Amino acid sequence: MDQNPEKILVKGNEAIAMAAIDSGCLLYFGYPITPQNDIPEYLSKHLPPLGGEFIQAESEIASINLLLGASATGARAMTSSSSPGISLMQEGISYMAGSELPALIVNISRSGPGLGGISASQGDYFQATRGGGHGDYRMIVLAPSTVQEMYDLTCLAFDLSDKYRNPAMILGDALIGQMKEPLVRKKCEPMVLPPKDWALTGAQGRKPNRLKSLYLQEGELSEHNWKLHQKYEQMRKEEIRFESFLVEEAHLIVAAFGSMARVSKTAVELAREEGMKVGLFRPITLFPFPDKTLFNLSKKAKLFLTVELNTGQMVEDVRLSVDRDAEVYFYGRPPGSLPSPEEVLEEIKKYYH
Amino acid sequence: MDLVFKRPECLIDIPFHFCPGCHHGIAHRLVAEAIDYFKIREKTIGVASVGCSVFMYDYFNVDVLEAPHGRASAVASGVKRARKDRIVFTYQGDGDLAAIGIAEGIHTANRGENITIIFANNGIYGMTGGQMAPTTLLGQKTTTSPYGRDFTYDGYPIRMAEMLATLEGSAFVARVAVNNPANLMKAKKAIRKAFQVQIEEMGFSFVEVLLSCPTNWGLPALEANRRVEEEMIPYFPLGIFKERKMADYL
Repeated sequence: MDQNPEKILVKGNEAIAMAAIDSGCLLYFGYPITPQNDIPEYLSKHLPPLGGEFIQAESEIASINLLLGASATGARAMTSSSSPGISLMQEGISYMAGSELPALIVNISRSGPGLGGISASQGDYFQATRGGGHGDYRMIVLAPSTVQEMYDLTCLAFDLSDKYRNPAMILGDALIGQMKEPLVRKKCEPMVLPPKDWALTGAQGRKPNRLKSLYLQEGELSEHNWKLHQKYEQMRKEEIRFESFLVEEAHLIVAAFGSMARVSKTAVELAREEGMKVGLFRPITLFPFPDKTLFNLSKKAKLFLTVELNTGQMVEDVRLSVDRDAEVYFYGRPPGSLPSPEEVLEEIKKYYH
Repeated sequence: MDLVFKRPECLIDIPFHFCPGCHHGIAHRLVAEAIDYFKIREKTIGVASVGCSVFMYDYFNVDVLEAPHGRASAVASGVKRARKDRIVFTYQGDGDLAAIGIAEGIHTANRGENITIIFANNGIYGMTGGQMAPTTLLGQKTTTSPYGRDFTYDGYPIRMAEMLATLEGSAFVARVAVNNPANLMKAKKAIRKAFQVQIEEMGFSFVEVLLSCPTNWGLPALEANRRVEEEMIPYFPLGIFKERKMADYL
């Protein structure tokens, strides 16, 4: 793959598409929806010359099922969409989790409910981290906050997805997807991954492989669910990723993810300039959620302010994570406008005592 | 002594779960025979749908993937795009293909995906206990059309083969039945042809097989078999509706 160690100026969405190619993903299936169209547009141009496949499907339902089929052969494959389209994909994601199929699903989320709007929103946090579709399952969910992270976390998502045989999601938003920033197109060290001996390649010299999620025999499904649960537990042990900024000795910790973490970081710097002991905690893995790290932080810092582009979703995980005597406050902005760092600073001052 | 009849290599040696008199087992066998005929068992990937046909991974001695209800053709397209050197087929019922999965079926045909769909049409939802299907005949009583299917309420039975034959992407489209030896031989030929079309990379191939469902039709096996001839075939005529002579790329 052509990897340029020099900085290039690209959109967040393009960074994801580049990372996919650099990760060996040559199969893309999707349906147009704003604000993620740069991804299919880039890949429709660049995949065919590489011998890859690009299908503009008739719907997100078809996209996710094309992805399911491609993934079943052991190939790396992906789709991307935005909130309403991701809703349509939930059935397929549930089947992939149940059939233990790896795949990358990118949600450059927009605002809802319903058709909502195309402005940035973090209203899909619950859907992404709670499974979204039917049944007792989880997705690996990574939340980038820079264009560089759109690239790096996409590479990581492919590896984690293969490692756990589980779908992984990049949860971005219109802000990071449409923003241009310098990118170093250098792929992270690939993980050592287990062989895909489960893949459907034709039963040549072996017994047929089956990929399914239907288990009707007595006890079978319960056993299968516990097996899936074990994977999620392993993710909780091994895959937690976060960024903490000035949290040591902090009196108040702002918790935010993705685009909101950037606004919040500037607010934290402004607060520090005014002499307040404030830090930032940014979960990078939304599932698995860094609950133990937050708990440990809450032994010293007793004030938490969760800032989100919604009316309060991740704040529930923050409340579940921190020590019982910690106070958790929330500042939310439903879609339509973004808070300035100064506005976040005002909120910090409201609760800092 | 010559062995003139045996279980196809492509079928696993266990009893079908299908009801007595049901035609699914015959259709399964014809598909297995076609795969054996072309000696492609080790490079074939099957896609199971939701309905009575979901257990096809218990019967076919090939790699099998289970698709969500209605999505088998999209899933099969994904398999094929990832592995163009494999032979990919779906086996879908009428609820799966003609109701919940009609969009996927039409667009798969329209893209000319080089896969084979075996469409099992018995005009009823078998697995869920006999509800009305998109192919249920007018006047036919089911558990959800207790007064008989009425077009003013439920519309008309859909003729999938004719519809898909109108699409440029379709290379081979046929409707067959397995209710008597003559029809069975034609069905065998059509299913074989469908796989041949895929092997020769001609594009999308589709064989609709009319099947009986004695249990949910509420008929003894013989009468159900007769109903295929007397009621189904008059509305769903047998024949080849599309046969491309050469691939688009030639």
